Amino acid sequence: MSDPAASERANPPGSASGRPPSQVYAATAAVGLALIALPWLLGPFGSAWVRGLCFAALYVMLALGLNIVVGFAGLLDLGYIAFYAVGAYTYALLASPHLTEHFPALAHAFPAGLHVSIWLALPIGASLAAAFGILLGAPVLKLRGDYLAIVTLGFGEIIRIFLNNLNAPLNFTNGPSGITLIDPVRIGSVDLAHPGSVLGFRPSSLVLYYYLLVSMALLAMLVCIRLQDSRLGRAWMAIREDEVAAKAMGINVRNVKLLAFSLGATFGGVAGGLFAAFQGFVSPESFSLMESIVVLSMVVLGGLGHVPGVVLGAVMLAMLPEALRHTVVPLQEAIFGRVLIDAEVLRMLLYGLATVGIMLYRPRGLWPAPEHGVRRALARNGAPGPAVAQSGSRDG
Amino acid sequence: MAECLLRAGSVNKRFGGLQALSDVQIQIERNQIYGLIGPNGAGKTTFFNVLTGLLKPDSGRFELCGLPYWPSDAHRVAKAGIARTFQNIRLFPDMTALENVMVGRHVRTHANALDAVLRTRRARTEESAIRSAARQLIDEIGIGRYAGHLARTLPYGDQRRLEIARALATEPKLLALDEPAAGMNATEKAGLRELLVTIRAKGVTILLIEHDVKLVMGLCDCVTVLDYGKVISVGTPIQVQRDPDVIEAYLGRPHAALVRQEMR
Amino acid sequence: MDTLVQQVINGLVLGSLYALIALGYTMVYGVLNLINFAHGDVLMVGALAALSAIGLLHGLWPGLPGWALLILGMAAAIPVCVSLSLVIERIAYRPLRNAPRLAPLITAIGVSLLIETLAMLVWGRNYLTFPQLLPEAPIHIGNATISVTKIVVIVLAAVIMGSLLWLVQSTRLGRAMRATAENPRVASLMGVNPDSVIAMTFAIGAGLAAVAGVMIEATYQVAHFYMGFIPGLKAFTAAVLGGIGNIAGAMVGGILLGLIEALGAGYIGQLTNGIFGSNYQDVFAFIVLCTVLILRPSGLLGERVADRA
Repeated sequence: MSDPAASERANPPGSASGRPPSQVYAATAAVGLALIALPWLLGPFGSAWVRGLCFAALYVMLALGLNIVVGFAGLLDLGYIAFYAVGAYTYALLASPHLTEHFPALAHAFPAGLHVSIWLALPIGASLAAAFGILLGAPVLKLRGDYLAIVTLGFGEIIRIFLNNLNAPLNFTNGPSGITLIDPVRIGSVDLAHPGSVLGFRPSSLVLYYYLLVSMALLAMLVCIRLQDSRLGRAWMAIREDEVAAKAMGINVRNVKLLAFSLGATFGGVAGGLFAAFQGFVSPESFSLMESIVVLSMVVLGGLGHVPGVVLGAVMLAMLPEALRHTVVPLQEAIFGRVLIDAEVLRMLLYGLATVGIMLYRPRGLWPAPEHGVRRALARNGAPGPAVAQSGSRDG
Repeated sequence: MAECLLRAGSVNKRFGGLQALSDVQIQIERNQIYGLIGPNGAGKTTFFNVLTGLLKPDSGRFELCGLPYWPSDAHRVAKAGIARTFQNIRLFPDMTALENVMVGRHVRTHANALDAVLRTRRARTEESAIRSAARQLIDEIGIGRYAGHLARTLPYGDQRRLEIARALATEPKLLALDEPAAGMNATEKAGLRELLVTIRAKGVTILLIEHDVKLVMGLCDCVTVLDYGKVISVGTPIQVQRDPDVIEAYLGRPHAALVRQEMR
Repeated sequence: MDTLVQQVINGLVLGSLYALIALGYTMVYGVLNLINFAHGDVLMVGALAALSAIGLLHGLWPGLPGWALLILGMAAAIPVCVSLSLVIERIAYRPLRNAPRLAPLITAIGVSLLIETLAMLVWGRNYLTFPQLLPEAPIHIGNATISVTKIVVIVLAAVIMGSLLWLVQSTRLGRAMRATAENPRVASLMGVNPDSVIAMTFAIGAGLAAVAGVMIEATYQVAHFYMGFIPGLKAFTAAVLGGIGNIAGAMVGGILLGLIEALGAGYIGQLTNGIFGSNYQDVFAFIVLCTVLILRPSGLLGERVADRA
């Protein structure tokens, strides 16, 4: 059966979980509607919520990227945030007055200032991040797991230190102050920072960014799912399961690992560019080791290697601190008269507990990949799914 | 005239103080079932690892189908046409049996990341082909009913078959099996024998390490015997069985002396 | 020339500190194949506990001399660090002893985060000043200066390391530790209880970290809830540089890294014509780390890790 059309008919979307396609489409539509309506529902509670959702979308992209590296290919990268930084600073430098202010030659060449469109800057930033990924990955991929983790951590810190200090003698990054006045995103004639009237509505800038970022996050999800269910995805899984056997079966382990690294880096780069445009300024503070750990805890909490799980983990760990900030903090005020544990500490506490708790009690994550089994295989081949008993034992 | 499929000579490998392989040579002809036997520790698996690129030899000449190769990378060797199984079964435990075999197809297929993301027609066609080829192999090998089961849940004998199926998926010229009958009962061994004969009939040359003398005698066209890293005998199973050096290696000098006396 | 002597002195001070901390990493890695990410934070807790203790004691008995306060501070820090370390081992690492390699590492990262958060809650976010306990007057060696505190660091570290070497080579416990580091299963067949040996390993490492933590804050006069991270990372670099699992290696690696860092920071301005200044000091350690791991992962003196095949 090598006719792809026939294969699609025999394996309609959703058949992996054994559910009829109509159910899957309905669920997708419901989720889609919810996503569209969300900012309007949350808006009255304060723009902080919509802002939180925007950051959640960014974290989803980051978590999905890290998931390719850690979840699919099994490589623990603790310096992942460096790629985010590369993407962010690339857009920042290409779309702000910084370079023209500090380099007269450039000011001369671009009298109207550097205002590279994000749609051009994103691919540039992504490619640059991918290049860094290959540069970093090439020498270190042969290292064993924990050494790889530490080296990548070191690289991440090196990048941060350079970002913090490359302001003398030539001011590239403006050091700790970071780069400000970054251009917002423009879609056609609509400037997302000052949208005015769009299709008869007057949405706020935040809402428009929300739609943009959520769309990009959904795109990222789609890319990940497609990668996972492909020849490449299988190769990653094989490497994760048994590298030697994978090699013996003809998989060029080194190159495939490198590909995971650079693809993950690309996701980070894209998210970084969007972040810079959204926030309007970037500084080295946003790219610390803590952020790498935050993204890692999102991947781990959700379900290492399982795309929907990772999205869940990212949304939870991005939104929960916001929720806590609005509940636990005032609660402490009410009970104790003052804030004993402020929101920032709560956030760190949450990440720490999440990571340790998950590793000890539910190492596969909150939403791990569903069990393989006879049911799944039969459903794939068109036989009735849920009615068939599942065989094959499975431990927890 | 049977042509030479694999030729290796002057293969040496030293591990610190131990000379694991000394001047080992082997010549396998197309469509043979070739046996590599010898007492434990003789260097059989080491030689296997060298042939298949998992271990770099100190020296040696290697030729596959007349083309010289240096076993530097296991994946290159697989691509060139040698596929193997492992003494301690190395399946991908948390992937299904079908997926294990599909991984075997990796080396003969081409879809890359871009194809995957864009779901090009080429990618979809290839993916279908991979799936159906794997399905076919699994059915032929006789474990079709386990297609959707996780590899580690398969019964032992079927795990070994799965490993063979996975290796076959790479379309090898030479199938190198490291003790495929280990741990099998008589029935399973008979089944394995049948399977290997079928595989050979399809045009695949087979090299196997085995301890089960009966299996080797009944199956192999030609045998090389290793002891302490050296080749001590080459020939048909019958010739090798009667070779006093081989008897000495397995059973000790007194028995060999008896045989030598008989031969005079 | 003056700068050279001064930088060498600085390097020895730094190196002694790194060596003390590195020993904790290397011993734990030797028995568990685990990078104890939380080690730097244990150091931090010890340092802050000592600071609190010293503050308390000084309040109760203002007449106590500085050196006595320092010793008492260390005496307070050591049990705190040891118990914290044992709790971490018991709760977070022991359950994962047979888990795939990445699980304990990820857990260690989480534990590190938790300790930092708890420290932030107890001691606040701000930088805390450590009082000057030992005489301040600098001692001159040629054109270089050294303070009493720095001399104490070097001497104390040397004494401690010497004792540790003796312990590991000549005592029953040391033998048990070495056996467990080589092959825990066989060691247990010989009557060694791997759990207690591992606990002892953590305890000793924690004790060393406590001393290092107090010496760090005494030397630099400052303490902070995040103060363990960078020294911890650099000490791990030192451990790898010397050969992970190798106790002598950790000592050599520590001193060497301290010297590299001090000399590098001292001369980088001159070497690069002012393009890179001493604010890039931390980068040296990271560059050494990456270089060693990529080019010679077994380190200078060779690694000694448990055979877990």
